[in-house]
Amino acid sequence: MSNYTENDLEKDLQNQEYKYGFVTNIESDKISVGLNEDIIRLISSKKEEPNWMLDYRLKAFAVWQTMTEPEWGHVHYEKPKFDEIAYYSAPKQSKKYESWEDVDPEMKATMKKLGISMEEQMRLTGVAVDFVMDSVSVATSFKSKLSELGIIFCSFSEAVKEHPELVQKYMGTVIPTSDNFYAALNSAVFTDGSFCYIPKGVRCPMELSTYFRINEGGTGQFERTLVIADEGAYVSYLEGCTAPQRDENQLHAAVVELIALENAEIKYSTVQNWYPGDKNGLGGIYNFVTKRGICERKSKISWTQVETGSAVTWKYPSCILKGDYSIGEFYSVAVTNNYQQADTGTKMIHLGKNTKSTIISKGISAGKSQNSYRGLVQIHKNAKNARNFSQCDSLLMGDTCGAHTFPYIECKNPSAKIEHEATTSKIGEDQLFYCKQRGLSEEKAISLIVNGYCKEVLNQLPMEFAVEAQKLLAISLEGSVG
Amino acid sequence: MINIVNLHAEVEEKKILKGLNLNVKAGEIHAIMGPNGSGKSTLASILAGKEDYTVTEGNVEFDGKDLLELSTEDRARQGLFLAFQYPIEIPGVSNVNFLKSALNEIREYRGEQPISAKDFLALVKEKSALVELDSKLASRSVNEGFSGGEKKRNEIFQMAMLNPKLAILDETDSGLDIDALRIVANGVNKLRSPKNAAIIITHYQRLLDYIIPDFVHVLYDGKIVKSGGKELALELEEKGYDWIKEELASNAD
Ligand SMILES: Nc1ncnc2c1ncn2[C@@H]1O[C@H](COP(=O)(O)OP(=O)(O)OP(=O)(O)O)[C@@H](O)[C@H]1O
Ligand SMILES: [Mg+2]
Repeated sequence: MSNYTENDLEKDLQNQEYKYGFVTNIESDKISVGLNEDIIRLISSKKEEPNWMLDYRLKAFAVWQTMTEPEWGHVHYEKPKFDEIAYYSAPKQSKKYESWEDVDPEMKATMKKLGISMEEQMRLTGVAVDFVMDSVSVATSFKSKLSELGIIFCSFSEAVKEHPELVQKYMGTVIPTSDNFYAALNSAVFTDGSFCYIPKGVRCPMELSTYFRINEGGTGQFERTLVIADEGAYVSYLEGCTAPQRDENQLHAAVVELIALENAEIKYSTVQNWYPGDKNGLGGIYNFVTKRGICERKSKISWTQVETGSAVTWKYPSCILKGDYSIGEFYSVAVTNNYQQADTGTKMIHLGKNTKSTIISKGISAGKSQNSYRGLVQIHKNAKNARNFSQCDSLLMGDTCGAHTFPYIECKNPSAKIEHEATTSKIGEDQLFYCKQRGLSEEKAISLIVNGYCKEVLNQLPMEFAVEAQKLLAISLEGSVG
Repeated sequence: MINIVNLHAEVEEKKILKGLNLNVKAGEIHAIMGPNGSGKSTLASILAGKEDYTVTEGNVEFDGKDLLELSTEDRARQGLFLAFQYPIEIPGVSNVNFLKSALNEIREYRGEQPISAKDFLALVKEKSALVELDSKLASRSVNEGFSGGEKKRNEIFQMAMLNPKLAILDETDSGLDIDALRIVANGVNKLRSPKNAAIIITHYQRLLDYIIPDFVHVLYDGKIVKSGGKELALELEEKGYDWIKEELASNAD
C-alpha cells in the first residue's frame, strides 16, 4: 500500500526545482558596478534624458543617502551590498525592432520558455504586451490601435521623451522620493518600466500587459511604472514575471504609482514568479516593491496579486482614498515554500467621506518558509462613514513553516465601520483522503484544494491570467511526483 | 468481487477489527449492521485505504487483486467507492469541477480519453436527475454549507457519476428525511446490475425496505458474528442486539 503522507509531500515540495531556471545568452551592455552621482549621470545620459529627469534622480539619491534600510519586516536576509550592484543593463542591440519578425530569435525562444508566445498573444488574445527584457523594452504591440483612442502605453523612457508634461505632472505624486529607502533608491537609479495614460472617458478595450524579466546576473532591476486613468477612464493592467535561476541574490526594487482621477477605475493585477532560491535557501530574488495608488472622487483602484516567487518579498500595494466615495480593493495570494519569506499586505488610507475598502488576503506556507500579512487600515478625521472589510486567511502545509498576521487599525472618525476576520487552517488529511477516494492523485487533490482556497482572489484576475496563476500555484505547491 | 479474510486492524495500539470475514460477489448487496463503535466505519475506511489504520493480519482480494497493496486513489480508479458517513467539505471547489477532475483521472488510469464537456454535462444532468439533486448543488462548492441530508444525497450523486464496481455506503440513510430516503434508495437500485455490488452499512431496517439486501451481517466487536437473509434485519429491529450478545456469551462457555 502506498503511504504517501503529508511528510512525503513536504519533501517533494522541498525538492521542487524552479521551473523557469535558465539564462538567455544575449550580450548585455552593462555599466560597471557601484553607486554614486557619476553612475546616475551616466544612466541618465545613456538614456538621453532631459535635465529635469537627471535633477529628479540626483535629488532622490541625496535623500537615499540619508536613509537606512527598514528592519521592521518579519524577514531576515543578508542586506544587499549596494556598491556591488550594476545599476544598468540593456540587451546589446544596435537597432530597434521595426517589426516582430526582426526580434532576435533567441529572445523569442526565451519568451516561449516563459510560455508567453508573443505571436499567439498578438493574434489571439488581444493583449498588448510591452515586453521588458532586463531594462529596455524590446517589443511593443497594438500601439496603433491604442493610439487611435488616445491611449499612451509605452516604456517609461519613451514617456520621459515624448510625454514629459504628463510624467512631470504625476511622477512622484503618490510615492515621493523620500517615501522609503527602496523607493528613494529606485527614484535615483530606475532604468525603465512602463507608462500608461488613458484619456478622459476612454475605456481601454484590452488588457494592458507587461512581462518583466531579470536576465543579467548581478543586475539590480529598478522598474518604474506610472499608470494614469483620467476622469471617467478605465484600464486593466497586468504585470507578470519570471527570472532565471541564479545563485547570488538579486535585488528588485520597483515603484508603481497609480492615479485614478474622478470616476476612473484602475485594475492592476500581478502574477509574480521570480526565482525563489533553491531548497536550501540559496539565491533568489529580493523583491522590495513600493506600489501605491491615489483615488480621486468616486474612483476605484483594485490591486490583485498572486505572489509565488522571490526569496524575500516586502510589498504593500496600497490605496489613498482621497476623494469622497472612492473605493480601494486588495486581493492577494502569497505562497511561500522552502526558505522563502514574505511580508506583504496593504495600506488603505481613508481620507474622503463614504470611502470603502476591501482586503482579502490568502497566505499559503510550506517547507520552512515564513509568510506574514501586514495591513494598515487608517480612517482619518474627516472620513465620515468610511468602511473597511478585511479577511486574512492562512493555510499551513506541514509544521515547519510559519504564518503571521499583523493587522493595524487607526480610526479617527467614530462613524467608521471596520470588520476584520482571520483564520488559520491546515490542509486537512480528511480532505486529501476524500479527494483520493474519488480517484484524484495527491497533486491534483492539493491543487484543487489550494485553488479552491484562493478562489476569491483568482476570480479577480482576467481569464488568461487566472489560468496562468492556477498553474503557478500548482507548480509552487505540488510535489515533483508524476 | 471482494473477499475479506481474517482481517485484523488497529489504530494507536487499539485493536478494532479482530478477524473479520466477508465475501461479496458481483450482483450482490450486503447489509452490515451492528452497535455503535463495533468497527463498521473502520472497515469501510480500511477498504478505501485510509492511512490511520494498521492492518496486522488477514488479506483482502478485490476484483482479483490484492486490495491492500493499492493506493487509495488506485482503489478508487479500479472501481471502489465509499459514500462517507461524514462527507468532507472542500471550500471553493465546485462539485462539477471536482467530479470532472476525478472522472478524468479515472479515465486516464484506464487509458481512456478525457470526457468531452458536452458528454460530461449530459452525464451530470442524467445523474443529478436520478437522485433528484438540485442543479444548484451541482455547481456549489463540494459539500460546503450543504445540509446533512444534502451531503448524503451528494455522495450518491457522486457515486452515480463515477459508476463504481463496488460501492460502500456508510450510514447514507442517517439524516435523510423520508422522501430523500426513498429517492436515494431508488438511485442505488437503478445502479444495481449483475456486474457491480454494494455493501450498505446501516442502523435501520427501514432502508432495507427499499434496497433489498441479499445478505445481512451483524458486526460486533470487530467481527461478523451473525449472517442471514433480509429477515435478520427485521429481527434486529425488533429485538436489538442483546440476544446476539447473549448467544455469543453462551457459545463461549
Ligand atoms: N482514528 C481513531 N483513533 C482512535 N480510535 C478510533 C479511531 N477510529 C476509530 N476508533 C475507535 O474504533 C471503534 C470503532 O469505530 P467505528 O467508527 O468503526 O464504529 P462504527 O461501527 O462505525 O460506529 P457507529 O455506528 O457509531 O458509526 C470506536 O471505539 C472508535 O472510537
Ligand atoms: Mg460509523
